[in-house]
Amino acid sequence: MADPVLSVRDLRVEFPTRRDLLVGLDGVSFDIHQGEVLGFVGESGAGKSITGAAIMQQIAAPGRIAGGEIRLNGQRIDKLSRTGMERIRGRHIGMVFQDPLTSLNPLMTIGDHLTETIGVHLGLGRRAARDRAVSLLEEVGIPEPAERLRSYPHEFSGGQRQRIVIALALCAEPELVIADEPTTALDVSVQAQIIALIRRLCDTHGTAFMLITHDMGMIAETADRVAVMYAGRVVEIGRVADIVAHPAHPYTQGLIAAIPSLETDAERLRQIPGAMPSLSAIPDGCVFHPRCELADDLCRTRRPVLAGEGDHRTACHRTAQAEYAP
Amino acid sequence: MIALVVRRLLQSLVVMLVVTLIAFIMFRYAGDPVNQMVGVETTEAERQALRESLGLDQPTLVQFVRYVGRVASLNFGVSFQFRRPVMELLAERLPATLELALVAAMLSLVSGILLGVYCALNPRGRISAALQAVSLVGVSLPTFLIGILLIYVFSVALGWLPSFGRSGLVPVTKHWSTGLLTLQGWKSLLLPAVTLGLFQMTLIMRLVRSEMLEVLRADFIRFGVARGLPQRRIYFRHALKNTLVPVITVVGLQLGSIIAFSIITETVFQWPGMGLLFLQSVQNVDVPIMSTYLLLIAFMFVMINMVVDLLYNAVDPRLKGSSRV
Repeated sequence: MADPVLSVRDLRVEFPTRRDLLVGLDGVSFDIHQGEVLGFVGESGAGKSITGAAIMQQIAAPGRIAGGEIRLNGQRIDKLSRTGMERIRGRHIGMVFQDPLTSLNPLMTIGDHLTETIGVHLGLGRRAARDRAVSLLEEVGIPEPAERLRSYPHEFSGGQRQRIVIALALCAEPELVIADEPTTALDVSVQAQIIALIRRLCDTHGTAFMLITHDMGMIAETADRVAVMYAGRVVEIGRVADIVAHPAHPYTQGLIAAIPSLETDAERLRQIPGAMPSLSAIPDGCVFHPRCELADDLCRTRRPVLAGEGDHRTACHRTAQAEYAP
Repeated sequence: MIALVVRRLLQSLVVMLVVTLIAFIMFRYAGDPVNQMVGVETTEAERQALRESLGLDQPTLVQFVRYVGRVASLNFGVSFQFRRPVMELLAERLPATLELALVAAMLSLVSGILLGVYCALNPRGRISAALQAVSLVGVSLPTFLIGILLIYVFSVALGWLPSFGRSGLVPVTKHWSTGLLTLQGWKSLLLPAVTLGLFQMTLIMRLVRSEMLEVLRADFIRFGVARGLPQRRIYFRHALKNTLVPVITVVGLQLGSIIAFSIITETVFQWPGMGLLFLQSVQNVDVPIMSTYLLLIAFMFVMINMVVDLLYNAVDPRLKGSSRV
């Protein structure tokens, strides 16, 4: 297999506060390859968005990357200076945020947004930048793109604005796009269009996508592989079809069992008892053990590592794991 | 846009009419103007004749309509104490006040915005903390005290700048002599302008700082960073413009109050402007000057408000109707 576009190893993010140290991410490792959509699921606070922000070095102070490494095309980017990151952001890694209503500068036209970004990264002249802006808008499905360049963000619908945001993320043809809950703020019907757009861009340009969501259904439709996050750790990672059909980690099993289905006629939806631990009080051993039916003494004392055959890897002592880390 | 201007003009007209009514009531009830104008030996018949010649025996409504007519033709009557047309007196004093107010406004606007932006971009810096503390003093100290302190330091102790008056004047037109063309003129202008502008400067600085900190937390700033835009561009193109939209309103109103409340500064520095004239006329119950001053200040506020509204519309595309949706 070719070298991954993005490779993250043992990433650790800490938020020192006045009273204690919050561990936002702990030992997060994954690869994303060209043309692949890697989904990140987990409940709020599991560390999905922090992972995206850490890659972009956009973690709000006092949060900081405390360990591990991030490589883009083999080059480390987690230690880059501010100006070094300015050359990576937008040019090599694009980003799409959750709320398209607030992601655009209300006082600037769409055309200015696009030509500004194109100008910064590609150094094109006015005409060429404008032509590229028109073709980008066309590609993401904005009707009459040449006329709409002069429109302001408030003159577009939410779905159209998210398309524009995606066009902005794609201005310089980055190898990777991090989409942080790109459809959460949108109507369900519009969600499907945005998902289809992401999938299409991924297939035609070979852009890798890191798709952050809490919607397992969306992952199942869009992603090639999925990483399940829990309390700042990746607990299971593998091909979507594998994980949906044979979830190995008890948490993933709970997540998938909690998806409402039309076929089964259940009175109540399944739920996972308890709540995710606070980031200031991560339990010893396996982070999931307080909520896990299978937990034993080993789970309470020793931390499981991601292991398994081939692509599908799980951090669990009890299921589908033949060997333990020493 | 034209419809908006017309609507605003009509609204302004209504406001001015109401202010004219107040000025008129001042005339009616701040003592008997005939008594102010005549001597002690004037007979009752002569007083009656004067009253009739001034139209004071007419019904109140007729008098008001006449008054509005006079105001509209810029005839504001004759000052009791100077026995000269009010219009002439104010025209003499207007340049002094306008120059003082404009210099004070520019000073406070430029330095207020610069310092506010600096504090917003370096929120944890020591200089920012010091500026914040000093600005608290600027907001809370009364103007006359600042003026006296400045006179003490720069005129009495250091002897660098004159302590009162307007000098170094160069005539530009018949009615307008400016102090802005000579070093001497600037020297005498500096202390009053700083005194008058200090409060506004600290206010603008604090406003710009908090607005900009707010804008810097906005999603579109984060998205700008994520698009790889250079920091300078994000700060000064994206953040600053969004910061200044709400600042425009406050600055407009502050400009009005700089002109209106230059009274105190003009008194402290014996600056020969309209404020000083107004204060003299209050002491002498010179109603024509007082009511004309009232009308003039109201007119300025109305005009500034209108300009602010139009500026707002020009800057913020969200207010421009929905013509292109």
